[in-house]
Amino acid sequence: MKRLDKNKLILGFAAPVLAIVAALAITSIIIAATGKDPFHAYQVMVDFGSKSDSQIWIVNKATPYYLSALAVAIGFRMNLFNIGVDGQYRIAAFFAAVVGGKLAFPGIVQIPVIIIVAMLVGAMWAGLAGLLKVTRGVNEVISTIMLNAIGASVIGYFLQDGRLAVKEGNLIHTPYLPDSAHFFEIPTQPKPVYGFVVVAALAGVAYWFVLNRTRFGFDLRTVGRSESAAQASGVSVKRMVITSMLLSGAIAGLVGMPTLLGVSYNYGTDFPTGIGFTGIAIALLGRNNPVGMALAALLWGFLERTGTQLEFEGYAQEIVGVIQGVIVLCVVIAYEIVRRYGLKAQQRKVGEELAAQAGNSDKAEVSA
Amino acid sequence: MAEPRLPRSLPRGECAIKASTKEPGTAAPAVELAGITKRFPGVVANHDIHLTVHRGTVHALCGENGAGKSTLMKILYGMQKPDEGTITLDGEQVTLHTPADAIGRGIGMVHQHFMLADNLTVLENVVLGAEKLHGIGNKARAKIKEISDAYGLGVRPDVLVEDLGVADRQRVEILKVLYRGARTLILDEPTAVLVPQEVDALFDNLRELKAEGLTVIFISHKLGEVLSVADDITVIRRGTTVGTAVPSETTPKQLAELMVGEELPSPETRESTVTDVPMLTVDGLHLSATDSDGVVRAVLDGIGFTIHKGEVLGLAGVEGNGQAELVEAIMGMRTPDAGTVTLDDADITKAPTRKRREDGIGYIPEDRHRHGLLLEAPLWENRILGHVTERPNSKRGLLDSKAARQDTERIVREYDVRTPGIEVTAASLSGGNQQKLIVGREMSHQPKLLIAAHPTRGVDVGAQAQIWDQIREARREGLAVLLISADLDELIGLSDTLRVMFRGRLVADADPATITPEELGSAMTGAASGHLEHTEEPTEDSNEREGGDSE
Repeated sequence: MKRLDKNKLILGFAAPVLAIVAALAITSIIIAATGKDPFHAYQVMVDFGSKSDSQIWIVNKATPYYLSALAVAIGFRMNLFNIGVDGQYRIAAFFAAVVGGKLAFPGIVQIPVIIIVAMLVGAMWAGLAGLLKVTRGVNEVISTIMLNAIGASVIGYFLQDGRLAVKEGNLIHTPYLPDSAHFFEIPTQPKPVYGFVVVAALAGVAYWFVLNRTRFGFDLRTVGRSESAAQASGVSVKRMVITSMLLSGAIAGLVGMPTLLGVSYNYGTDFPTGIGFTGIAIALLGRNNPVGMALAALLWGFLERTGTQLEFEGYAQEIVGVIQGVIVLCVVIAYEIVRRYGLKAQQRKVGEELAAQAGNSDKAEVSA
Repeated sequence: MAEPRLPRSLPRGECAIKASTKEPGTAAPAVELAGITKRFPGVVANHDIHLTVHRGTVHALCGENGAGKSTLMKILYGMQKPDEGTITLDGEQVTLHTPADAIGRGIGMVHQHFMLADNLTVLENVVLGAEKLHGIGNKARAKIKEISDAYGLGVRPDVLVEDLGVADRQRVEILKVLYRGARTLILDEPTAVLVPQEVDALFDNLRELKAEGLTVIFISHKLGEVLSVADDITVIRRGTTVGTAVPSETTPKQLAELMVGEELPSPETRESTVTDVPMLTVDGLHLSATDSDGVVRAVLDGIGFTIHKGEVLGLAGVEGNGQAELVEAIMGMRTPDAGTVTLDDADITKAPTRKRREDGIGYIPEDRHRHGLLLEAPLWENRILGHVTERPNSKRGLLDSKAARQDTERIVREYDVRTPGIEVTAASLSGGNQQKLIVGREMSHQPKLLIAAHPTRGVDVGAQAQIWDQIREARREGLAVLLISADLDELIGLSDTLRVMFRGRLVADADPATITPEELGSAMTGAASGHLEHTEEPTEDSNEREGGDSE
């Protein structure tokens, strides 16, 4: 038993180590192929990334990435590919900004109202895909990607002067949130860290707890592992699809909040986009594990931060995108290899142990 | 080469057979396996197997489920490579890398699960992959005819396979193998899917093949069949050959003891424990489904029966006649169009599956990989599956993994699940041990009704006896059981009442105390209906008897 656990531990480390080594090797080859020195590039990245302002930038960048990854991971854990986190967080942030701009409560009410509106809108938008799946059998990949486009159009329609937005110079945005809606900041030097990082951490803990420690989480994971076994065990698969899409959408609703409540205080044409897709990569990289995804989100932030610096050093600006892609591929492949190897090794081991037992008892019979 | 020919028509396992085994003949044996050892994940390894099969004989390879028969045959058919040992065919030592190698050397295999394309004709199925032999046209048709006539297979080349019954499909499989030039046929559990009458017809075919000088290796764990058709018997136990037997000198009991290494358990239920308190009542159940051609047809039609406390109701029927759908309707996994299901006086027709399980339905599914296990999850999570809302698995919405783990340890111990621990995945256990885990899990929640679909399929004899004991014991304490099984001996031995299902309807009932497998078999093919009397007097009151009168 102990030996099995030890093997498990080794296998657990084998995958990330294998992935990192492979990713480094491949990117080194690519950088070298562009005629540059890969090791100098890594040196630049580490030096620049470890500066204190870089660290703050990375944490602030990683916060929405992490939330986005959580939203995607909920779907992944039950074999649903919610590709629509992008549309969900944008439409959620937009309506939360509209509602927040019209209300002027004290912060203790104002902020929760804005967050709840965002979660509800996100949940509804994702829930549509869930509903389509269970009633009409529409694949959630198709419906969520369509809903991304529809969401962008809906925002585009309302985000016009005289509808739900105001014009300020070249920018069109929703009315500013009142000061009471400003989320707290952690006073660090040279710049503050968004207070929303605390919410993201809490969301991560909640994700872990709900999935691993509750009946509901067990049901959800059961559906992900085997739909037929889940159904036979008494899980209503249809209801679980809807519930998990609602949950995923609600978390997606949080993705825009660090920006809305901490930086922009409105939803405008310059509101960040594409975080939903980054979340897919991070969820894959972090293997749907709450700690793994946190590390992956930080790594992503680090690569983006240091990528700009590489440009100054004369490296191609696309190199960071290539590194990110290579890392995701390496991780996915490495984990799959290690998983299969682990399963095989375990089967072999069980077979051998039982054969040894059987052999012993046979001998016992003979001698008896 | 010269083969020792046998007299053409042989009586069942008499002296002529004995003669053939006593003098192996001048030619080398058709197949000789020596010292075969194979380690295989999760199941008993084959070790040091010795098997000699003489040409022109039917050689039975028998052993309990999971003893390693199929692995050995896969080795002989080139699907697995042995870790040690040698394979000698007609005196020449060979190494088989793929089934193609085996086919090239005249070895053919008829798998337990047929490998036929339903939407093609028999001719097309036979020539598929062997187009080079005789083309795909009239030459092939003539060859098929020739083979069919030579061995009395009665195969018609131009009918669609989907229009054929199970027995006909099996003959097509045999013909396919012969068409490819096989001189040695391996039949893997060929009788598992057949009713007794079809088994007899198959055996006639095998005798025909043998008379023409072909060699048949016949894998089975059914003693009666083995003794009636085989010339020689090799017994495998726990992955190794433990002995050989000559049918004419061997009694079923001796053979059984050789197979099991101990007393053979019997599924027979002695005293009746049937009460008159209904536990499950199904009334007027109707379910339609759309088949692959888009035609809506009734898969369950007017199903009605009652199972009382302490009663085992056995459901016989050829697979695919609605048994699986009936189980799923009772479990709440399918919604019937009409009819009611009542459990312990409560109407559960509309209740969801989880409620039904909480209310006391235990479920041993037919396909344990699809419906009974999470293969990649550890054993203790599999112990929670299906009972996540019940103790000891959870408290107030939260999982209690410590208690669940402890209880898994208990199940592993009490139900003799052979595993090095409860953290290994379910996929790494052998089929029999997976089944023991499922049975242990379902019995741990004191079910009122147990739905047991093929509860001992793929389970070794020791575990089989244990599962039967568990069912019997729970039945004594008032458990109602719906038993579905393809093993007619198990069905007759364990049931208090028998029903036969055919094309979605309950067409016949019988008293297990007097009925024989043959009589049950004719009702399973739709040849008989009503109340089956042992004296063969079919009457028309198929829905009258509810089984309370078998005390």
